[in-house]
Amino acid sequence: MVELFVKDKRLQLLGLIIIFFILCSIITPSEQNILWRFPALIAQLPILINEFVDYLMFEFMPIEIFDPEIEEYEEKPLFKEITRAIARGILFSIDLIREILLGGVKTIVTFTSWDFVSENKWAYWPALPWTVVSGIAIFIGYTLKGSSLAILVCFSSVYIAVFGQWEPAMETLSFVLIAAPISFLLGLGLGVLGYKNKNVEIALNPILNIAQTMPHFSYLVPVMVFFGVGDHAGAIATIIFATPPMVRLTILGLKNVPIEISEAGMMSGCSNFQLLFRVLIPSARRDILIGINQVIMQCLAMAVIASFIGAKGLGFNLLLALNQLRIGQALELGICIVLIAVSLDKLSLAWANKQKNYFANKSFFHRHKYILIIIFILILGSIVAYLGNFIFRDTYNYLYLIPHNKGITTENFWQAGVDWIWDTFFFKLKVFNEFLIISVLMPMKQAYLSMPIVATFVLVMGVGYIVGGIKSALIVGGFLLFIALTEWYDRALITAYMTTFGVIVSAIIGITVGSLCAQHQLSTKIILLVCDTFQTFPSFIYLIPVIMLFGVTDTSVLIAVIVYATIPATRYTVEGIRSVPESLHDAALMSGVNRIQRWLKIDLPLAFPHMMLGVNQTVVFALFMVIIGAMIGTDDLGQYILKALSDKNGTGNGLVLGLCVAFIGLAVDHLIRTWAAERKKILGL
Amino acid sequence: MKKLISILFAGLLALPASVMAEDSSKPIVIPTHNWSSQVVMAYVIGGIFESMGNNVEYVPADSQAVYEAIRNGDVTISHEVWQSSFGKSFYNAMAKGGVIDAGTHAAMTLEEMGVPTWVIEKDLCPGLPNWEALKNCKEVFATPDSGGKGRWLEGPQSWHGDLMPVRVEALGLGDDYVVKFAGGADALWADLAAAKKEGRGTIIFNWTPNFTDAEGFTFIDFPEYTDGCRKADGGDGSCGSPKGWLKKAANYKFPKTHPAAYTAFSRMSFTTQDIGQMAALVDIDKMSHEDAAKSWLADHEDVWKPFTEAGM
Repeated sequence: MVELFVKDKRLQLLGLIIIFFILCSIITPSEQNILWRFPALIAQLPILINEFVDYLMFEFMPIEIFDPEIEEYEEKPLFKEITRAIARGILFSIDLIREILLGGVKTIVTFTSWDFVSENKWAYWPALPWTVVSGIAIFIGYTLKGSSLAILVCFSSVYIAVFGQWEPAMETLSFVLIAAPISFLLGLGLGVLGYKNKNVEIALNPILNIAQTMPHFSYLVPVMVFFGVGDHAGAIATIIFATPPMVRLTILGLKNVPIEISEAGMMSGCSNFQLLFRVLIPSARRDILIGINQVIMQCLAMAVIASFIGAKGLGFNLLLALNQLRIGQALELGICIVLIAVSLDKLSLAWANKQKNYFANKSFFHRHKYILIIIFILILGSIVAYLGNFIFRDTYNYLYLIPHNKGITTENFWQAGVDWIWDTFFFKLKVFNEFLIISVLMPMKQAYLSMPIVATFVLVMGVGYIVGGIKSALIVGGFLLFIALTEWYDRALITAYMTTFGVIVSAIIGITVGSLCAQHQLSTKIILLVCDTFQTFPSFIYLIPVIMLFGVTDTSVLIAVIVYATIPATRYTVEGIRSVPESLHDAALMSGVNRIQRWLKIDLPLAFPHMMLGVNQTVVFALFMVIIGAMIGTDDLGQYILKALSDKNGTGNGLVLGLCVAFIGLAVDHLIRTWAAERKKILGL
Repeated sequence: MKKLISILFAGLLALPASVMAEDSSKPIVIPTHNWSSQVVMAYVIGGIFESMGNNVEYVPADSQAVYEAIRNGDVTISHEVWQSSFGKSFYNAMAKGGVIDAGTHAAMTLEEMGVPTWVIEKDLCPGLPNWEALKNCKEVFATPDSGGKGRWLEGPQSWHGDLMPVRVEALGLGDDYVVKFAGGADALWADLAAAKKEGRGTIIFNWTPNFTDAEGFTFIDFPEYTDGCRKADGGDGSCGSPKGWLKKAANYKFPKTHPAAYTAFSRMSFTTQDIGQMAALVDIDKMSHEDAAKSWLADHEDVWKPFTEAGM
């Protein structure tokens, strides 16, 4: 009997659940009962963090600096001067690109002064006409990958211009064009360091884990305190968000380079530098390319959130449109963000895939072909824009810059669509909504809240033990302990309840849809495109229609969660099933297996480890969206994270709350990874 | 010695400045938040500054976090400091140093729970807007997740903390009503729009002047506000909101760097009507914020010109 129990994990799990329920029933709920809730022993942690940050920013090593504005010396702390210098550097780069695209005076001011600009009205950098920017982008697309990419870029830029979103789109673009390369280089650099030095990798790992699971809202406040508000702050928050996947993929890619290749490089007498840049990185190209794709997607996914701390552009306008309930306008803006993401992604991939042309002895025209064509586009576009002055004498010069919101709009069409959905489905949905809330969500929430803390520990650590032995039990127990000792444990339980519900539904939908779509090449392609679109499409847009239909309730939050969290579940299922070797399918066919059997007996088990990684990502996505759900109205950790944006103790509260969310994610992450790794071993993958 | 030099320097540089007393050409940074009247007013004020020859720059900022940004000098002014929503953040930043009070608008503000006027016209809850009427019609305001009680949809918790839950209890409505915190203003408006389509009653937090004034919104008459009636001030919390002020804030360097602009800014005072007009241009006439500001400035020179005129 005992032997059976030691071997059979299912039996262990059953035993664990029985113990869990016994504990739940015998422990009395009372604040004094230590078995029910732990005392908030680390409630002081946020305050300590705040004091430390305040000290660092406002007191640490003051230096006397003369302030010419008020003609006085001011004591300024060293650290603040350093962070502000970084901020100024980034802001300068963003403004430089922005003014090339849209015109302005700030770059000139940097080299002269505001006085100079005020006195000399000619000192204004003119905007490039939108036709020129589009023309150059289309040309780049064409040279990199031919007409298909040119058509995509052409469609995107014309869409943006015609719908009157040129200015905000270029503002967003300028900040992405700074944030994305910095994230890329930073990620590549850290990845290479991690690959070369085991200690660096060990040190990087927990930082990356936390950076990838911490909700972006929670580090907005620290970024704001250290770097101020504005486009630079938005860019820095974006870099924090976009760099980790790049680091991971770089390390992964470099590790997968066969040892023979690097040995071949060494034998040919490569220096360290050459070995890295000529041999290793090109060989690890596939993963690094996925890294670039992730960096760009992440950058644009942050476009809206970055506007909370001062990033101008599409994101800010989108929030403004939503605030007036102008869903149609918000939708157009959202599409612009997606189009920029897709175009940039395809352009950068094409650029990275481009083979170098080594032909020598070219004529002057051949060597400078690209520059000449770009100059030609510039001149042509400028002439067209100049002629535009005469055509549009009384209105705006549509051939130069289409002013914001002065293009055509399909707002009314979308608005009518939203109204139609409302009129048609509202009352049916209302019945569903009431049923869901009263019979499913409220009882589930209550059940989570009525778990005694000791029972939770037994359950979580027990599952950890079953999955990965003592080590896993201690790791997940440690994560839980941190949350249990903060004053927000009940809030964390509510977050956990919403995440659980969201993940279960998303995983079911994602795995079903993914499996179906993976059966054909075309549907695979389509579903991956849909995944890309939804990943960059700002989730804020569907918050409002969802509120209109389901009210300020948990249902609304969960629907937003499910829309977003289904993406990774679907994507990984599709990829997992597509990677099942064709020969196995043939073998199955010969053994007379039908489609359903093939799916159940071959595809699913073999794709299972990969699908579990998808579920893992689903958990992270769901957590993120539950936190964003605070914008609808929740009473979980997210509500407090949102509140931290305006708190006096915002920095500390935001970070500790963010850590709580990250630890929930990391605990689940650890369990799933360990489990998936074991399955992989069993399957011999 | 170092001190002496610095004093000397400061003295030398201060001399020409005090003679000229001219505005610096550095841009005045004006924050834009996510509601219409504030954004239009930002462009209006920016337009006024520009008419005085100043450079202006706009930066999107969170309406609560902006005070910390003003303190640090990242943002120069804030022109809509609502007493009950932002008063705390404003005074917190002021206590830390770096923010100054630049006067008050003529507009009086009210931030209070209320119902769309058609709820009263349809007589869904007889006796409103008197708060006592609420005792008898909790089911009109019930939602699926309110557990049979009526629901008050309050703004995000960051706006006034536990003010409303305390009030519900103090008024003895605790058995009949619960307070639900919305995530942001857009959630409030979405609920307002949904309630109208559905014809159900809803109690939401709202304020005036606001664009909802045009559609009709009635605030509930709670027992009158008196000093110290709120729980934070030692009372039991059974009172409504005060008629509040709408202040202007500025970075402490602003008067020194831009004396003329600061004087104009401190004299600026918009009325409820002005603010309503600005919001309506965007929310009702669907103009863009910049255009609305331009059109308002063009039509109301009589209002804003006096702010800029010298000889005060």
